[in-house]
Amino acid sequence: MNNRYRIFWIFFGLFCANFGMAANENNTSKDAGKEYKSPSMAYETRSSSKPLSGSNSFNRLLKITRRHQPPAEDGIHDPENDGTHLLQPPREAFENLPKTLSDLGNGVDWVRAVDEHFISPRWDMNDPDEQPLVMDMNIIRFPRGSIPNELFPHRQHTLLLDCSNCHPSIFIPQKGANQISMAANLLGQKCGTCHGKVSFPFSECKRCHSQPKKVAGRKERRR
Amino acid sequence: MITYLKNFLNRIFVIGSIAFVSSFFMADVAVAEYGDVVINNYAEAQGMRPVVFPHWFHRIRYTCKVCHSDLGFKFKAGGNDITMFKIIDGQFCGACHNGSIAWSVKNCNLCHSGKPGTQTQVHESTSQELAVPNVRR
Repeated sequence: MNNRYRIFWIFFGLFCANFGMAANENNTSKDAGKEYKSPSMAYETRSSSKPLSGSNSFNRLLKITRRHQPPAEDGIHDPENDGTHLLQPPREAFENLPKTLSDLGNGVDWVRAVDEHFISPRWDMNDPDEQPLVMDMNIIRFPRGSIPNELFPHRQHTLLLDCSNCHPSIFIPQKGANQISMAANLLGQKCGTCHGKVSFPFSECKRCHSQPKKVAGRKERRR
Repeated sequence: MITYLKNFLNRIFVIGSIAFVSSFFMADVAVAEYGDVVINNYAEAQGMRPVVFPHWFHRIRYTCKVCHSDLGFKFKAGGNDITMFKIIDGQFCGACHNGSIAWSVKNCNLCHSGKPGTQTQVHESTSQELAVPNVRR
């Protein structure tokens, strides 16, 4: 090839490749929107009269919009494996389950799903009638500063877990005996043993830090 | 005419190779379900695909307690020393996957369905997101 034009064609090639990728990305996100509308996306479209152009949509946390893909397209299953195509796609299972407003994690409100009998997970491997021993006891912790107080409900946890799952290996069952920090949680200790892996993720701050602190002098504030 | 054709093919080759090379630099984003566990302790070394365990599917049917208390699964991906011998013996997965409660171990490819080379992980977990965001692991 003529050396003079080689550099031009290299740039043209790059341009074409970029264009192809952009088109590809647009297609996939469009398809995802058609098939499944997450609650947060629904909220966005409701608030604006006109749909935003692709790159200007609200995606502050850089969330992946393509979610609940069938196993063959999810990136960790091998599509060349024949068994992959027999597995249930998650969207099919989540269709009738209650959704969380944030749509983080699985996007499913698992506790509500159990409470309102959308699902009835077995407490015993063999006996479908065995019921969990539910303990209703709330624990309130007081983090430093202006972080809202944290309410730990035993009820939601004992619906699904046994006492021995957490006590005494993860949490010592004694007031003031556990040092819990968000750093430990994020590294997968304490609450992070389940939360941030399978239970709802840490980006849902207010589901734990749900009790606003009573601020002194709020009444005296001028209006 | 021949030189024209030669140039044309050369250009296509350049464009194609650039597209091919640049595809490696694109972040290959896995969009698997939150909580999907890939277990690759022994599988790939033994010539099988890694195991993918879908948490969401199992938690619809069983409470956490059944596996994590009764069957003795630790809360750690890759932290349980699971082998096919133990499963056939009725431990771990084998407690249910025995052909009476759930399908038996004969269906190799339903569990061993992960992409070759995928590391042991909890997909979309916080520690994973903090370490290497949005890249296929």
